[in-house]
Amino acid sequence: MTTANPSIDQANTLPLKEKLAKTTAIQRRRAFLLTLPLVLFLLISFVFPIGQMLFNSIHNNKVSAVVPDFATAIQQWDGQGLPSEATFEIFVKDLAKAKKVREVGRTVGNMATRINYEMPGSRSLFTKSARKAGKIKQGPYKEALIKIDKKWANPQVWLTLQRASHDISPSFYVAAMDLKYNETGEVVEADELYQIYLDNFIKTLWLAALITFICVLLAYPVAYLLSVLPLRQSNLLMIMVLLPFWTSLLVRTTAWIAILQTEGVINDLLVYFGVIGDDGRIQMIYNQTGTIIAMVHILLPFMILPLYSVMKTIQPTYMRAALSMGSKPFYAYRRVYLPQTIPGLAAGTLLVFILAIGYYITPALVGGQDGLLISNLIAYHIQKSLNWSLGAALGTMLLVVVLLLYWVYNKLIGIDKLKFG
Amino acid sequence: MTGEAPLVRFENIQKSYDGETLVVKDFNLDVAPGEFVTMLGPSGSGKTTCLMMLAGFEPATQGEIYLKGKPINKVPPYKRGIGMVFQNYALFPHMTVAENLAFPLEVRKIPKAEREERVNRALDMVQLGAFGGRRPMQLSGGQQQRVAVARSLIFDPDLVLMDEPLGALDKNLREQMQYEIKHMHEQLGLTVVYVTHDQTEALTMSNRIAVFEDGIVQQCAAPAALYERPENAFVANFIGENNRLMGKVTAIDGDKVNILSDNGDQLVASKVNVNAVGDRSTVSLRPERVFVNPDTNTVDNLFSAKVEELIYHGDHIRTRFTVCGHDDFIVKVPNSAANSLLQEGNTVPIGWKMEDCLALDA
Repeated sequence: MTTANPSIDQANTLPLKEKLAKTTAIQRRRAFLLTLPLVLFLLISFVFPIGQMLFNSIHNNKVSAVVPDFATAIQQWDGQGLPSEATFEIFVKDLAKAKKVREVGRTVGNMATRINYEMPGSRSLFTKSARKAGKIKQGPYKEALIKIDKKWANPQVWLTLQRASHDISPSFYVAAMDLKYNETGEVVEADELYQIYLDNFIKTLWLAALITFICVLLAYPVAYLLSVLPLRQSNLLMIMVLLPFWTSLLVRTTAWIAILQTEGVINDLLVYFGVIGDDGRIQMIYNQTGTIIAMVHILLPFMILPLYSVMKTIQPTYMRAALSMGSKPFYAYRRVYLPQTIPGLAAGTLLVFILAIGYYITPALVGGQDGLLISNLIAYHIQKSLNWSLGAALGTMLLVVVLLLYWVYNKLIGIDKLKFG
Repeated sequence: MTGEAPLVRFENIQKSYDGETLVVKDFNLDVAPGEFVTMLGPSGSGKTTCLMMLAGFEPATQGEIYLKGKPINKVPPYKRGIGMVFQNYALFPHMTVAENLAFPLEVRKIPKAEREERVNRALDMVQLGAFGGRRPMQLSGGQQQRVAVARSLIFDPDLVLMDEPLGALDKNLREQMQYEIKHMHEQLGLTVVYVTHDQTEALTMSNRIAVFEDGIVQQCAAPAALYERPENAFVANFIGENNRLMGKVTAIDGDKVNILSDNGDQLVASKVNVNAVGDRSTVSLRPERVFVNPDTNTVDNLFSAKVEELIYHGDHIRTRFTVCGHDDFIVKVPNSAANSLLQEGNTVPIGWKMEDCLALDA
């Protein structure tokens, strides 16, 4: 062939990668379209709310939305003594204006709540002053305001207001880490009475670790049995493992209440057989013990299933080979069998641990006071105290812990080696 | 080898898994030191079960197995000191090749320096010196196979068991490994009990072959004897290719048996497994022992046969004849000028000697 077709020639000179990309473009586009509904669903229901939560944990505009002019003016203040007369004037006028606003999220009450987080007991100061601010027609505004309430002469009120005027601030993380701002605006340890989050975080991690450990102890033999029993028996056992999985979480948790409570099945039996006296009934629920027992039961399948799926692929010839080479059964188990189950063990541990540190409903039902976990505190701030920013900050910290854990796991074991099922 | 005490002795071994049927029925076998014994049979014939009983992974239901004269039925597998190569190698996937090889030494608490030296020697022996740091999954099938063999030998066991070790390899590699294992057996003076369902493999490698069928050893003999003098119709059929002619014994004269085939032809055969005149018999005949256009003085049986089919095989032509009422009579005709005139549909004289033609059980 002496005279080559130019267009064919050109097509042949394209790099192989481009040619491949061209030919598979349609397939890839089609595959992407298939996943589009799910991608959209995840964006709307998962990615966006999480982003919102992360944002909420550092963003709060309850001051700048209520007294906007003052929020700008207070930034000029150097923090020494009290703000200037001019700043006072702006504040009084803003406050009088804000009193008339009824829009949710922009009322004086909203601002008062926001300041109250950092200065407990200061709420009435704002509501009372706002009611009277309209009557102050002329200066000096400083004296007039202090006449309404002596607290306005306290520089700490103004420092707090100045801080809270920033829409973006780390103050909720400060609160979430059991810290506070002192009189001069430095970050210090919070009063002992208010130190609840870090302790709860540590308790949550410790309980999650304990629950995971108990799950490993209970699940390993069961998974092993599942993997070696003949099909008939192993299917039956599998159904017994999965049956709780198919039962409502609430039903299972309330079943534990029926079993464990002081007038419950176990205590009744113990009393009946004379192991304990009628007045010595054991408290096994509405405390940490109850949380541990119920959560182990609920999370156990998450440990059994990945372990089972790994153990099923380990051929019995490995153990036989080890024995034929002179290894005693236990040594063979430790050196040959156990290391091969690590991917399943790691997956199960990770799964159970992460589920456990974020668990909400079971501790809420059977945890009593000392069985509450961090998720219960988050729920409290979201549902009861309505301090969403603090709830979001705690939630973000939980998320960071989980991601950190994931990262450590990746370093130690390698995420590609995990086998979930 | 004769006269020495056997290294392994199976004595009246029976095995049942379900308590109803016997997988192994009355198995007896002596293995002399340095011998290569193969258990050959179709799948489900009980050969692997026998191997597993010897290794200690399955208890014998009845009978006793002796190793170096001592009964070992109650000895756990890890105290038997028997090396074993498994069907799928069973190399530990989470250990490197060197760690795999070191495992039996580690178990025996051999000091680290000596361990490393022996591992290196073993790696050199199987020509895998550079592969010690790799994982088994990173090796080819043949390389994994070599590691598995090396691992079974590294602690100098008295006896090595191999359970279809070449089953997963392709044909060329399988043949190469057959020679390698055979050479290792000769050079190291190993005693090997080998299990396979591949008769070529068994013929190539073994000193002695035990042919299993239905839990019973049909015949246990050297490869040549097994091929030349099969004791019954199953062995004749299972080992190599075989023509079968059915008939009835009409006369017995010492080694010579006269048989009347079912379509009325008279045959002369060697007496192997027939007892009396009137018995039904299968006459067995290898395809390469049949001559086309034979010299009538050299053959004892002479028939005219119709050529049904010719299949070209290069060095020989596989020819299917109809003779004595059987239309599946196969002859391997050498590819020579004299034989190139064979045509489908022709009728030609064919013949064979009495000693190549065995009168067996029906």
